[in-house]
Amino acid sequence: MSPSRQRTALALAAGAVFGVGLGVSGMAKPGKVLAFLDVGGDWDPTLLFVMGGAVGVHFWAYRCMRRRSAPRFAERFSVPAGMPIDARLGLGAVLFGVGWGLGGYCPGPAFISLATLGLPVLVFVGAMLAGMLLVRAVSPGSE
Amino acid sequence: MSDFTPVSGLVGGALIGVAASLLLLGSGRIAGVSGIAAGALFSREGGERWWRLAFLAGLIGAGLPFVVFAPEAIGPSPRPLLWLALAGLLVGVGTRLGGGCTSGHGVCGVSRLSPRSLVATALFVGTGMLTVSLLRIFAGAAP
Repeated sequence: MSPSRQRTALALAAGAVFGVGLGVSGMAKPGKVLAFLDVGGDWDPTLLFVMGGAVGVHFWAYRCMRRRSAPRFAERFSVPAGMPIDARLGLGAVLFGVGWGLGGYCPGPAFISLATLGLPVLVFVGAMLAGMLLVRAVSPGSE
Repeated sequence: MSDFTPVSGLVGGALIGVAASLLLLGSGRIAGVSGIAAGALFSREGGERWWRLAFLAGLIGAGLPFVVFAPEAIGPSPRPLLWLALAGLLVGVGTRLGGGCTSGHGVCGVSRLSPRSLVATALFVGTGMLTVSLLRIFAGAAP
């Protein structure tokens, strides 16, 4: 297999494992996500454990990465560095947080939920892609 | 509503961490779902599109076994469709402006202790909590 094919196959596997993790963890249930965000109400702290599990594993992957010069199937690591903490970051995170609290979906759970072909998630994902296109149209070239 | 499930949360979270680690150590890439989705669907750089499309396919495909064997794992959002449309737009715009979502900033960025991701994560979790609380108090929306 060419390196490009290897990366495609790896991404397919990573996406599938990621999705299974979302399904097992409860993150794919917007009601549960909203119950986590509802700190003043009937709070469900499960998402802290999801994050703890994910960060607990991935933290070690970064330590591994620092000891290597290149990933297994690519020439270099493409990890963002030197990006500013600016108003754009703050505004984006705030808008995302409001949208997350409004609908209970963030992008990962929304994509796995597409498998249900349910109207709520189709509406959400359609609007999300429109929002992404909007940013692209207003500030082209910036990621 | 709130059923606290720390063990499945931790296990599912660890799987998410494994998936992100596969992508990082195999391809040198960040498992940020919003960035992968935008790159897969809207990017003009052809060569980098396939692994992103494959990741999304794996993620959506992972939903199918849940739909068949454990449909309760992927719940629909309890919010009205109009809210979901607005939520999707905010999540789409916010994640592109802020350069990441729960996965890219919340899992990958926090795992490497990136100041930018720590700030973004604190902001979107904080505003998500504020939004859910305000909606419960003023719109009577139970999560």
